[in-house]
Amino acid sequence: MKVLALLHTENNMLPRAALETISVARSLGGELTVAIFGGSAATAANKLAGCGAAKFLVVEGEAFLQPRYSTDTAAATALIKAANPELILAPNTSRFARALPGVAQRVGAQVDTHIVGITAEGNSVKVQRWFYRQRILTTFARVARPWLLLVDGGIQAPYEGAAGTVAAEAVAVTQVDSRTTVNGVQAPAADAQTIRPDAQLLFVAGAGWTKKQKDGQYHIGEASTLIQGFLQKAKASLGSSKSLVDLKSEGQETLSFMSHMNQIGQTGSTPRHQKGLSTCCHGEEPHAVGWRFISERRAINIDANCGWAQGKADVVYIGDAFEIVSKINVLLG
Amino acid sequence: MSNGFQIVVCGSLVPDPLQTLEPVTTPQGPGLKNETMLPSVLDPWSAHALFEAANLAKQVAGSKVWLVSLGPKAKLQQLMMTVAQKVPFELIAIDGNASGFTDAQQVATALADAILAIPGLDKSKLLVFGGCASASRDASVTMQSVCERLGISEFFAGVDEIKASADGSFRVLERIEGGQYLDSTCAGAPAVLAWATGNLPEPPNNPQVGMMNMRGVMPALQKAKPAAVGVGGIAYEKVEIPAQKRATRVVKDVTADDIAKEIIEWLKA
Repeated sequence: MKVLALLHTENNMLPRAALETISVARSLGGELTVAIFGGSAATAANKLAGCGAAKFLVVEGEAFLQPRYSTDTAAATALIKAANPELILAPNTSRFARALPGVAQRVGAQVDTHIVGITAEGNSVKVQRWFYRQRILTTFARVARPWLLLVDGGIQAPYEGAAGTVAAEAVAVTQVDSRTTVNGVQAPAADAQTIRPDAQLLFVAGAGWTKKQKDGQYHIGEASTLIQGFLQKAKASLGSSKSLVDLKSEGQETLSFMSHMNQIGQTGSTPRHQKGLSTCCHGEEPHAVGWRFISERRAINIDANCGWAQGKADVVYIGDAFEIVSKINVLLG
Repeated sequence: MSNGFQIVVCGSLVPDPLQTLEPVTTPQGPGLKNETMLPSVLDPWSAHALFEAANLAKQVAGSKVWLVSLGPKAKLQQLMMTVAQKVPFELIAIDGNASGFTDAQQVATALADAILAIPGLDKSKLLVFGGCASASRDASVTMQSVCERLGISEFFAGVDEIKASADGSFRVLERIEGGQYLDSTCAGAPAVLAWATGNLPEPPNNPQVGMMNMRGVMPALQKAKPAAVGVGGIAYEKVEIPAQKRATRVVKDVTADDIAKEIIEWLKA
């Protein structure tokens, strides 16, 4: 089976997701080709010298430095046509998630995304992915080739083989007349950054933080201070329930640093972290859908009978999140 | 810009997220138990796309919004009773299977064909909106396939904001890794935008909008063309809800100090 690992660079380096994809490709056996596009693609190929690939293909050039559909699809199409593979593996980064389903159309490939498991026996390949927002897990195959698979992060350890020097073959791309100009990346200020994909802990804040507390008053300012203090000290990533971010879009006073970007669950993300601590959440999304890929789960809740936390969390602490998080912050120093 | 945009929103129905879903095997492939009886909602990300489309149409004079929706006719009719109350649009219904287990590329073909059949479609003004993924298939494939089938070269994914300029160009913010946005400017239509949540709240029900929309909804449903949408070349081997019940330990009647200490130990472990 001819396998192509299709990768892109990010800031002139291979992202972790690309190295994980190499590990997945190596686990399948077959004849491996590695194709890379973006800034310093040939240099990045040298980092994979020991991965066992029979061939390295690269596309470099000014047009391919920035993520952009028209140029990314052109580069990926050229690389796939040059490699002529049966199976194409690519990391499910935002850049590839945008471009590769369109590339599949151009090269006549079948395409499946969010792959969380893959096995091969000879030319027969089976994959696993979730449907209905991480509720139903499926295992399936396709006969038609080529088959393009976008692989989710975290299913294999990143490839860590020896670097070397490879003779990467440059693939020409027909000039693309793009009508899109990339202005740049908007990132929150370092001290305001609340989404940390590499953090060990996901801290989930629910709408309870913005409700009236025991004294009959709102304590939104205090909630902000406590949550931000915890995030800073624990170096945690912040997730939110849908109801909490909806409050903001409905014009109600809520936590100023919270946006739809923090939302986990049905219309949010399902991040991967080792640990998750949910606070003031009363619903399925933070406890089931948003937590699908959280290994160790704990919750702070005032309702001992919360049906959503039962069976979903390992431990549920019954208590006032304001008081408990305040004590945690003191202990964290 | 002169004469506005032609904004076509692709959005179908999905089971209400609060419903319990149980997979079953049908002659057509995997399905959901009592699928025809399950209450449906407009796919959440598509709903955001529809609200953003209506907002853009309001800002750019002369713009018009269509909603292209693929699903069983009877269920679409039920869905429109609520969706039609939200924002003005013209419905283009396609009668077909709305299951998440269908093949995204077959769905894209049906959607693209329906868009191309819109009378008076002017591709130089065309913006195609949709969700960045469906809450059923959750593949993020359909809109790119629609884009390619329409021969459009500009595509944006995970969009949270669009700002149109007087010259017809527009600026787009797309979600990327780590809570960041990719900020791009597109010279103008045609383009396809797959929306994340956007920034708009769900509009309140407006009976006047509902009355206006419903005049077109019933004829659109009667005219709905059937689409042969199925699992395509996917050979499903297993479709299951993995048992994930955890033995939850409930800690109560313990002081906040003790809980805090236990959580700290867990965090540091």
